[in-house]
Amino acid sequence: MTTRQVQASAASRRGMVAAAKYAVAISFALLVLIPLLAAAINGFKSNVEVLLRPFSLPTSWHWENYGGIVRSASFWRQLGNSTMVMLAASFGVVVLSSMPAFVFARMNFRGRELLFNFFTLGLLFPAAVAILPLYITLRQANLVDSLWGVILPQVAFGLPGNILILRGFFATIPRELEEAAAIDGCSPTGFFVRVLLPLMRPALAAVAVLTMVLSWNDFFLPLLVLNSEKLYTLPLGIMQFQGQFGTDWARVLAFVSLSLIPTIGFYLVAERQLIAGLTAGAVKG
Amino acid sequence: MLWSRVATIAGFLMPAALLYIGLVLLPVIQAVYYSFFRWNGLGPLQSFIGTANYARVLGDKVFRGALAHNLTILVLSLIIQLPIALGLALLVRHNLRGRAVFRTIFFLPYVLSQVVTGVIWNFVYLPQGGLISRLYQAIVPGATPPAFLAHPNTVLAALFVVITWKFFGFHMMLYTAGLQNIPAELEEAAQIDGCGRLQTLRYITVPLLGSTVRLTIYLSVLGSLQFFDLIWIMTTGGPVNASETMATYLYKFGFLRFQLGYGSAVAVIMFVLCFGFSLIYQRLVMRRDFE
Repeated sequence: MTTRQVQASAASRRGMVAAAKYAVAISFALLVLIPLLAAAINGFKSNVEVLLRPFSLPTSWHWENYGGIVRSASFWRQLGNSTMVMLAASFGVVVLSSMPAFVFARMNFRGRELLFNFFTLGLLFPAAVAILPLYITLRQANLVDSLWGVILPQVAFGLPGNILILRGFFATIPRELEEAAAIDGCSPTGFFVRVLLPLMRPALAAVAVLTMVLSWNDFFLPLLVLNSEKLYTLPLGIMQFQGQFGTDWARVLAFVSLSLIPTIGFYLVAERQLIAGLTAGAVKG
Repeated sequence: MLWSRVATIAGFLMPAALLYIGLVLLPVIQAVYYSFFRWNGLGPLQSFIGTANYARVLGDKVFRGALAHNLTILVLSLIIQLPIALGLALLVRHNLRGRAVFRTIFFLPYVLSQVVTGVIWNFVYLPQGGLISRLYQAIVPGATPPAFLAHPNTVLAALFVVITWKFFGFHMMLYTAGLQNIPAELEEAAQIDGCGRLQTLRYITVPLLGSTVRLTIYLSVLGSLQFFDLIWIMTTGGPVNASETMATYLYKFGFLRFQLGYGSAVAVIMFVLCFGFSLIYQRLVMRRDFE
């Protein structure tokens, strides 16, 4: 073979490898997207057509499936409840885990590591283990069937992981900065509030976004704690809707697709923070 | 000076400690306590029955089945889901145009709730008119498509497909982060020394990814031991307990039948499994990954 032929065959082999890579990547992308797109599109059909031709576009677009949900008060109420729980839980997690994380990252005292291990012990077992007594505790505190009964446990269970994540981030601030602040008369609390938190905004955002996603998707806890329909969060609403309209797949899929819009929108905006939070938690955990 | 330091430390730790002890640690200890009683959750705890709950849990075929299902999901995750995730992470690593888009798509299912995932996949698996049954009929005309979720022999495999769909992107993302920490020089050096692409992958890249692999195994095991949402939405543990997991079993007995003592015994067994695994795995396997 001449040099040119060798080059040409190497190039065509590289081309084939690239094509194979694309084929694999695109097939997996389709496997992810087809169920989601099918759900959204079938939400526009009549139920008969969903079951007859799930793969095709609607012959006539039934906007009323989506319209009925958008006009129903319960959908918006569930959206509101989910949003409230999500915001409160992530605010609580950010505040309550950044404080211990600051102590564990920046202060030296005897027993520090012991306390830190105590706080992160919660990472080693699943929430389901605590759920029965937790329910009894919430009942005693009159928190069953209230959004606080969801928010507080979500914050509590978010603490171990996020203290761990934030300690890692907080430890990266150079000691000189802390010394300079101390010379300027800044107390540890002042340093925490005026220097560390503003500097650590990306880390706090990562923790907040991570907590938001987990809180938004939480099902087990709301399922136990919330009894009255007016307090339902979206996952409970979806479950209820499926129970109610189980055989009317067009409407169920329309409901699910609508509930996906905020999730996917949020994901596209906050993907970077989410991944930063997850990898920081995972790598340091 | 010293006192103000102590006060600062205490003040910073106290709010978190209260919530954490009250709602995370104390319940675990209470679960151990409740597990020695027969209790319906109301009235005083008085019928102490020792370890009878444990004997009953461990003797119950349904619980043993649930544990077996958790372990099946665990093994399948390790041998199928994680390799897929690693393969895709390597695939979308570099030299692939549009890799950011692929990554965003692959990670998308992780962001969706398990409830949404479960409902959508109920539709995918729908025996009459679902996506899979339509595909099946297109390939084998005239045949009745199998009802994967309704059959005890296929339900676990069908659920595992959904679990993989939901979580492979999460592990892929961790591998991607791990790959970014591998210095390019090492792989270049190997190629200069005459390693082919696959050899470089086998002898340099994957071994250097060791700590990430060990971590994903850890997370995958803990996750597999506590599956609830997806299974509850899709099958509620059925048909005839064929997809029961420890968590669905716990929920059925603890909350639907109000056997809190018995449910607590289940919780303690889950706790022992997860905690025991965590300690042993961290000591033996992950120790070298911590500085």
